[in-house]
Amino acid sequence: MKFSENWLRSWVNPKLTSEELGHLLTMVGLEVEEREAVAPAFNNVVVAQVLSVEKHPDADRLNVCQVNVGEAEPLTIVCGASNVAVGLKVPCARIGAVLPGEFKIKQAKVRGVSSSGMLCSAVELGLATESDGLWVLPADAPVGQLMREYLDLDDQLFTLKLTPNRSDCSGMKGIAREVAALTGSELSPVAIAAQAVALSDQLVVTVEDKTSCPLYCGRLVRGVNAAAVTPVWMQRRLERSGLRCINAVVDITNYVMMELGQPMHAFDAATLSGGITVRRAIKDEALMLLNDQAVVLDENVLVIADDARVLALAGIMGGAGSGVETTTQDVFLEAAFFHPDAIAGRARRFGLATDSSFRFERGVDFAATREALERATQLLLEICGGSVAEITEVRGELPARAAIVLRTSRVARVLGISFECSQIAQLLTRLQFEFVMSGDSFSVTPPSFRFDLSIESDLIEEVARLHGYDAIPALAPHAALTMLPDSELQRPLSRIQQVLVARDYQEIVSYAFVEAQTESELCGNDHPVALQNPIASNMSVMRSSLIGGLVGALRFNLNRRQSRVRLFEVGACFAKSDGQYVQTQRLSGIACGACQPEQWGAAAKAVDFYDVKADIEALFAPLTLRFAAALHPALHPGRSAQIFAGENLVGWIGELHPKWQREMTQAAVWFEVELNALMQSRVPRMSEISKFLPVRRDLAVLVDESVSAQTLTDAMLAAKADYVQEVVLFDVYRGPGVDAGKKSLAFRVSLQDTQKTLTDAEIEPGMALLVDALNKQGAQLRM
Amino acid sequence: MSPLFLLCNGAFMEQLQQIQEQALNQFALISDEAELEQVKAKYLGKEGALTALLKGLGKLSNEERPAAGARINQVKQVIEAALQQRRDTLAQAKLDAKLAAESLDVTLPGRGIGCGGLHPVTRTLARIEQLFHSLGFAVSSGPEIEHDFYNFTALNIPENHPARAMHDTFYIDPEHVLRTHTSPVQVRYMEENQPPLKIISPGRVYRVDSDATHSPMFHQVEGLWVDEHVSFANLKGVVQDFLQRFFEQDDLQVRFRPSFFPFTEPSAEMDMSWRGGWLEIGGCGMVHPNVLKHVNIDSEKYLGFAFGLGVERLAMLRYGVNDLRQFYESDLRFLKQFN
Repeated sequence: MKFSENWLRSWVNPKLTSEELGHLLTMVGLEVEEREAVAPAFNNVVVAQVLSVEKHPDADRLNVCQVNVGEAEPLTIVCGASNVAVGLKVPCARIGAVLPGEFKIKQAKVRGVSSSGMLCSAVELGLATESDGLWVLPADAPVGQLMREYLDLDDQLFTLKLTPNRSDCSGMKGIAREVAALTGSELSPVAIAAQAVALSDQLVVTVEDKTSCPLYCGRLVRGVNAAAVTPVWMQRRLERSGLRCINAVVDITNYVMMELGQPMHAFDAATLSGGITVRRAIKDEALMLLNDQAVVLDENVLVIADDARVLALAGIMGGAGSGVETTTQDVFLEAAFFHPDAIAGRARRFGLATDSSFRFERGVDFAATREALERATQLLLEICGGSVAEITEVRGELPARAAIVLRTSRVARVLGISFECSQIAQLLTRLQFEFVMSGDSFSVTPPSFRFDLSIESDLIEEVARLHGYDAIPALAPHAALTMLPDSELQRPLSRIQQVLVARDYQEIVSYAFVEAQTESELCGNDHPVALQNPIASNMSVMRSSLIGGLVGALRFNLNRRQSRVRLFEVGACFAKSDGQYVQTQRLSGIACGACQPEQWGAAAKAVDFYDVKADIEALFAPLTLRFAAALHPALHPGRSAQIFAGENLVGWIGELHPKWQREMTQAAVWFEVELNALMQSRVPRMSEISKFLPVRRDLAVLVDESVSAQTLTDAMLAAKADYVQEVVLFDVYRGPGVDAGKKSLAFRVSLQDTQKTLTDAEIEPGMALLVDALNKQGAQLRM
Repeated sequence: MSPLFLLCNGAFMEQLQQIQEQALNQFALISDEAELEQVKAKYLGKEGALTALLKGLGKLSNEERPAAGARINQVKQVIEAALQQRRDTLAQAKLDAKLAAESLDVTLPGRGIGCGGLHPVTRTLARIEQLFHSLGFAVSSGPEIEHDFYNFTALNIPENHPARAMHDTFYIDPEHVLRTHTSPVQVRYMEENQPPLKIISPGRVYRVDSDATHSPMFHQVEGLWVDEHVSFANLKGVVQDFLQRFFEQDDLQVRFRPSFFPFTEPSAEMDMSWRGGWLEIGGCGMVHPNVLKHVNIDSEKYLGFAFGLGVERLAMLRYGVNDLRQFYESDLRFLKQFN
């Protein structure tokens, strides 16, 4: 909602500066989003008329002009503009004038000729960004008048960010009412008189849906001059409200809307056949709108129709072919009250957002509808002439204004400050609310212009608003002190994040929506959860894995000469399963480049599968994970694995498939794990520490390359040999002494008893069991 | 007169004195530990000079023996002390030399793995959670693909309400949206728990909007306190307290001005003083009775307040970030500044 301050001040003129007025509006809930001067500061610039133009004796491009500035003697002014001509009216900056940019006009000699001022372009006055010369003013501009007065430039434009509940302030009348309530300044509404009726003809108006349109007022005005020029004052106010001037009749309807908040429509009566009907559209009925948009309607949409066709989308926009043109002679003016429920969402459905729908959706003062029609008639007669017919009014059930109970005690409880009944009574009076007081309670009837008041809380807000939010103190609450539960069975996310941070990973946050292609290529997901209205095609589906964001971030950084990149992200991944959306929190990371930051002490080594595997093991510690080779569309087929915690698949790890590595010179290793699995923890239970020293035995075996270390470890543990506490692989060897296709694996076996130190004789049977188990897996003990 | 008796006279004393001086001089010249032990033998060993004199004591008369013995022992002690001192000196010198040889260039960089860092939004969220935790707020979360009912209807935003247009919603299907705020968590929490309630719900939210100050995805923290005696004045108190603690600025001014949210009444927008002006920092209000009604909480008995804060906005102000989009570019040169 944009308007001119001067217009508002013609309604109510509090003793406040523009800035104070802006602050007042903001602090009462009508946020001033922007306040700007209509024109930059300049002074001493008047309307002047060029009397004569002569070539400068010493300069080809300059002219010496005699200029009438409304004084007895004309001024001599040297002018360089090419469009200067005798008779033109142009702005003239007089000696002493200061133009935008602190440009001071002084008596000057220009190539020997004395010049007493400057003829100006619109750019020089800061009113345009480009121009082709002097600003040529209308022929009726009064010579000698200050330009600021002539163009009413000492004005500010206010832009309000109206919240949906305050439609009552979408007209000058409503804002003025609010300012008057706040400041106690007197309100000077425009005088609206019923116009004398000269014609006896009326259109028949039928309202079929009186719930949607409880009030319809219309009238014929015949013999208008639609080609009349809209008065400058009206044009100015409309333009300063951000509205384009179209023709006098349309401008008048727009003006009344801006003034009173009541949207109106004017039909060219000659284009109508028969009477006016307000009804629901019939399915598939078509309408060409004023903006040349064709819409197909249904029963959900309210329309204005005549006997032959649909004329307008009620309360939203008129149709093409029935509006007023400059040739129009007879006008049918409409002012109606459409119920918010009948309009809300309809404009959006057709991709429209009009000044009219904005107001009707939120609620228009139905008690002032008829008055608005009279006001429009009045202006129409003044500007375009014509003869007026009687108003046709059709009424249904207007919204009930049920009284709301407001308790002083409740006001105090909700706001946290005490109030006297008399204080509340005074605030309600200032708001023009009707009320009856009994004891400490009020029975308040909301006015017809307020659609946001239906319960006690709404009135409490009104009281608080007018009392001033600033006047309510900020108080620390009082409450019973109880501790929050804190389960040791859950590890906090922050601790998990710290593990990765300590292992040199940098956290990122990436968008949860990705390109469909990323999902299909990297995740093998051809049925991602898609957005109906994505912001861009590369953000059209919800990610089912965090891999897309990490690979993108890795590339972004590699392209910026970062040679070592280690990233992680925690976030939701999305899928649809059995008609339900499944949203899983995951933690995912990627590492590429040297294992350690560049250093001087050891040969650089690129990060590999096992480095990242250790990171995952550290994340899950003390839990022991199992890794099983498995294929993943994004990963190297020989270097990828599923991660299991017990029986549960909790994630993936692997080297990025070479086809996705492209510009990467080193392999990137990626992992992703379920956050839920990571967060599970346990309450530790101490077990007795053996007083006896452990015994260590090493077993080295030769085995085929295809046999995994895990197979052998599992086999040894499954043997359940006595006293065996732990089996750890500590060496892998290939090379001289080991045949091709084989590898040597060395395991350290720890044995211990809680009751005694073990003897060789006690150890040997267990070791024999282990060797036997290894042999069964095709492993030969190395001697 | 026995010769030893003579020894006890001047000549004997002189000889002892000579042995002592000779030993001390010789020790002082030796810089090798093994050599020192060899030289030690010349005086204190079995064949040593002092040992020989001691052996001769037996031949002395009972009267002479004590004085002579005492004198010899005296010299022996001096020599032993000198020997020990020399040993210590040599050992110390050896250790000093070893340590000198082992000294490092302590300015060479440390080796090993570096240290990563948290995203500035995570860092900010952690701070927010910590501050509210100190007031006893629990953390609650909810789904990001949210049912229309929780995102709108239960929050008193019926279909066709103009407030829905304010939200620039991403739709998944006609019934599901990407949540436009974390307020639905309020409703979900109140469905499951009885007052008094005190939670914050941090998380990602989505709006169809993208420029330097708007991102299609961003983070919000929603706070909710429902109890018998919480008021608008308390809401102001908690929010002001939070902002002053968050920015570590006791004189930070916080301004509340009337606004509109369908799920609170009265509603307010919160501004904080910033570089001579006011900056919008979030929305808040008293929980709308209709919202309480949806979750069967008696709004006559209980009151509640709720507030919503933009996490990126707080992070931008706190850390001087001027373009919202930088948070999501994953540029290490940007991210590492917050470690």
